[in-house]
Amino acid sequence: MRLFLAIVFLFTLGLPAAAQQDALQTALQAHGDQIAKPSRRTIQPVLDDLAASGLDGMPAFLEAWAAKEVVRKEADGLFYYGSRDGDVYVLRSVEDGSDAGTVGRRDARELKPNAGVRKLIATALVQFQLNDPDPDRRRAALDALSRNPTPDLLAPLRASIEGEENRAIRDRKEALDRLITIRFGDDPARRIEAIDWMADRISLEARAALNAVLTTDMVVGDPTEDANVARLLRVGEDLSEAEALARLAEAGILPDTVSRADRDAALIAAIRNNAVADRPVATLDTEEARWAAYEALAGDGLVPPRPPADAVATLIAQNPIHAVYDEPDPAVTAAAEAALSQVEARVARAQAADLGLDALSLMSIYFLAAIGLAITFGVMGVINMAHGEFIMIGAYTGYVVQTVVPDYTVSLIIALPLAFLVAAAAGVALERLVIRHLAHRPLETLLATFGISIALQQIFKNIFGTQAVPLTSPDWLAGAWVLNDVVGISYIRIAIFVMALLFLALLVFILRRTRLGLEVRAVTQNPGMAASLGVDPDRVGMATFALGSGIAGVAGVAIGLFAQVTSEMGAGYIVQSFMTVVVGGVGSVFGTLAGAGMIGGLQKGIEWLNPSNTLAAQTYMILFIILFIQVRPRGIVPQKGRFVQ
Amino acid sequence: MTDAAETRPAASLGRKYPGGVGAGPHSDLRVGAGPHSDLRVGAGPRSDLRVAAGRHGNADGARRPGLAGRTDVWMMLAALALITLIATILAQTGVVSVSFVKLLGKTLCLCLAALALDLVWGFTGILSLGHFAFFGIGGYAIGMWLMWDRTEAIVAGTLARAELPPTALELQEAIGTQIFGVVGSSDIPWLWTFAGSLPLQLAFAVLVPGLVAGIFGWLAFRSRVAGVYLSILTQAGTLALSLWLFQNDSGLRGNNGLSGLQNIPGLEHLPQSVISLWFLWASAAALGAGYVLAAWVVSGRFGSVLRGIRDNEARVRFLGYEVEHYKLAIFVGTAMVTGLAGALYYPQAGIVNPAEIAPIASIYLVVWVAIGGRGRLYGAVIGAAVVSLASSWFTGGGAPDIELGVYTIKWTDWWLVLLGLSFVLVTLFAPKGLGGLVDIWTQRRATRRDDLGPDQGSKRAEEETP
Repeated sequence: MRLFLAIVFLFTLGLPAAAQQDALQTALQAHGDQIAKPSRRTIQPVLDDLAASGLDGMPAFLEAWAAKEVVRKEADGLFYYGSRDGDVYVLRSVEDGSDAGTVGRRDARELKPNAGVRKLIATALVQFQLNDPDPDRRRAALDALSRNPTPDLLAPLRASIEGEENRAIRDRKEALDRLITIRFGDDPARRIEAIDWMADRISLEARAALNAVLTTDMVVGDPTEDANVARLLRVGEDLSEAEALARLAEAGILPDTVSRADRDAALIAAIRNNAVADRPVATLDTEEARWAAYEALAGDGLVPPRPPADAVATLIAQNPIHAVYDEPDPAVTAAAEAALSQVEARVARAQAADLGLDALSLMSIYFLAAIGLAITFGVMGVINMAHGEFIMIGAYTGYVVQTVVPDYTVSLIIALPLAFLVAAAAGVALERLVIRHLAHRPLETLLATFGISIALQQIFKNIFGTQAVPLTSPDWLAGAWVLNDVVGISYIRIAIFVMALLFLALLVFILRRTRLGLEVRAVTQNPGMAASLGVDPDRVGMATFALGSGIAGVAGVAIGLFAQVTSEMGAGYIVQSFMTVVVGGVGSVFGTLAGAGMIGGLQKGIEWLNPSNTLAAQTYMILFIILFIQVRPRGIVPQKGRFVQ
Repeated sequence: MTDAAETRPAASLGRKYPGGVGAGPHSDLRVGAGPHSDLRVGAGPRSDLRVAAGRHGNADGARRPGLAGRTDVWMMLAALALITLIATILAQTGVVSVSFVKLLGKTLCLCLAALALDLVWGFTGILSLGHFAFFGIGGYAIGMWLMWDRTEAIVAGTLARAELPPTALELQEAIGTQIFGVVGSSDIPWLWTFAGSLPLQLAFAVLVPGLVAGIFGWLAFRSRVAGVYLSILTQAGTLALSLWLFQNDSGLRGNNGLSGLQNIPGLEHLPQSVISLWFLWASAAALGAGYVLAAWVVSGRFGSVLRGIRDNEARVRFLGYEVEHYKLAIFVGTAMVTGLAGALYYPQAGIVNPAEIAPIASIYLVVWVAIGGRGRLYGAVIGAAVVSLASSWFTGGGAPDIELGVYTIKWTDWWLVLLGLSFVLVTLFAPKGLGGLVDIWTQRRATRRDDLGPDQGSKRAEEETP
């Protein structure tokens, strides 16, 4: 009795446990042979059955199966996860991955499903992944799906939408559902509905889906009754004559032409006694003579006659080429055309907005680079060709700080004021040592500062090498603010924009509200009068030089974060900076801002018109500026004062 | 605008009109016979009257010593003849290499370009940071013919082996593929329409720079763009040109440029040693002719007006001169001379590419003139010769490294630093440049009532302070 009770107890305890432990193995064993030797035609019901079982370990098993990491023991036909280790397979249980001993190489067989089967397994896996409790895995599954959408994934996707709780993922699932419906759905009404829904989207996926519906094929000759014709292709407009001929040739329609190569080959073959058709070879040195000789040969029936000149045109006219939609349903293609044109209009607007953002960012960079130049030019009447090198000094300061302070955020916080100080010090040194001695000789100043610029560039090259050095931005600046698939701007550029705004505010404050600003404005307008009234022009000049150079140094750090830091980086900005000053007007903060806006906008605009060629964009921009100077020789905001020439 | 930079309190008004109103034109006539005793404008307010005198065509013009009286012209021609002769003898005896002869010839071409820039900058006060672009255009113009003709000869040779005599169309196609294959094209751009004609391309080498300078100068001068504004605009224009040339579809082979220019079509049978000498003679002749021309220009009334523009443009304008016309004339003229120099230079260099036209090249030209001493013709020539030869000596590894114990100064690395700093020092302390040494030698002093030169002459502050 006690024994019986004990047995019963054991059974009640053990049976459910055993049943649960072996559930997966049991489910597998139900289709053991088909799993062991799967074929693409027969495996689908098995997979459906396995998927329907809803067992926890099933996705892992399917993944392992597709990855060829499952072995089957010959003896009992049980499945294990296994890896080959010399002459044995190390086995792990399919239920919980626990160690299940080893088996000899010959006593077990690896499961090697072929590519077709693996694809079906992957499809079956998707429904597990789409319902995975981990949102990241669901997102990953959606990413994989949108990269490679196939019609058979539609059902599991639709099934998973109902139970989705995460709103964002649910939206994506619905979008993806429509995308796949558009491409592979079989109900036209449902597809058109999905297409109409797509018309309000802007994403690359939406455009790709619509374009996929609208793929056309070129059909030579009159299209058949039921063909969904997109349009007649006109030779010369929609496709070139050579392309049209190639299409015709593919269709087996070969034009009656004799190419120049054919003609020459025929002529060479017909050379007899140094003559072709009684014409000496030496006279065949023009195209006309060769054609005449060829026609003479043709007249003798030796070569095929030369067809009339319009033979090709006639042939093309006789064989119209139509673009025919691959999609047979005209209603669907019409809806897709309409939706696509809406999407494209929206994309164009978004691109314009994106271009505006780009231009804004370029404007802030030019503003930072040029403002120092503008105020020193205004106050002292000198052009500092070494201004670009202050930008470079700032960038290298940032680099040196980063080599000392490893934390990028901290080093950036140190580098910005330090770059200001270093560049300002360099500026003051330049002003005291060189520029002050060349007062009233602007051209000489330009040249002397140019000498400084050559020397500084080479010195930095000697110290830091010719290779670009890295100036890495902190992680929180690394990303981009993405509005949608078209509009996006990197955080660095936003930061530079904010910085430009700060410096604009700072400069306006200094110039309008401080004693120094008053003196700067006085010296800019009339240095002689300012001096008579007790302003020390030398001191004001030095202060503005320090300020302008310092800002250039800060701009250098900012530019270095997204562009390469080399000893020549300043030289690349100097001409743009001068253009900014010249266009904007000397000595005016808002003039420089306007100049920077104009040059930045212009550059982006020309690049947009001619995106393949940024070099040409620069050329056109400079030419435009030269012409602009004709209209407003003193810039957008002309300098005021008695001594303006 | 730049004059507004005057920051010192006003100078005394009394200095303003020292000559007095009653002094007639004749009171300012000078009878000196030295090479530089011609009409000067820049010395000060008095010179207003002298310009006026010149304009009214009185006896002043007749007393000008003229070209033959200029010692520097004879010295320069003699020096050129001597250099050419010595180089020829040494090259014939094998003492100097072909590449040295070429270097010499190239240097003479650079001297000619520097001479042209000196006319614009040293004598007229227009600091052009774009003259080397004209040099490059000249090189491109002649390079197109060299490349076309040589390719045509090669292609014709290949096609002659074919069984049928080549047709014009075949030749065109083969040349197109040969020249433009490197930029992925075989079409012949319209720029090359006349590339087969030497006289036309030679004319283009001179006329295209003139045309470009004419358009640019007309636009710039008529809107009174002057001073640093103009310098920056010329630099921007140069940058635009070089960027345009860098494109593959510019029709001039993009950044590959034109190459193989040292092979002169029709002279294939001659060794480079002979051709290099011919080019040396041609370069020396061009420089000599250019020097005589430049000396003639600055000796005459035209030169006086140019110097007047340099020293005080507004004053010359008020005297009734069409300042813009003078500026445009000298700008265009020097551009053409520079184009010619380029046309002589690049067949010796063998290759011309857009990097040659980059703004930095024009600035080096300015550096040469500044170090040589602007405002005097021989200064530009000496500066270009000395600095460009020194540059190739230092960067070519000719200069010995200097051991400093902890650091070795390699001149290939430090030459640009030396050049930049010496340029600054020359600008600051020796605005007369190397030409100033000639003054010391000839005991000339600026104390004479004479052309004060661009440095003193542009000290407008003292003259103009209200």
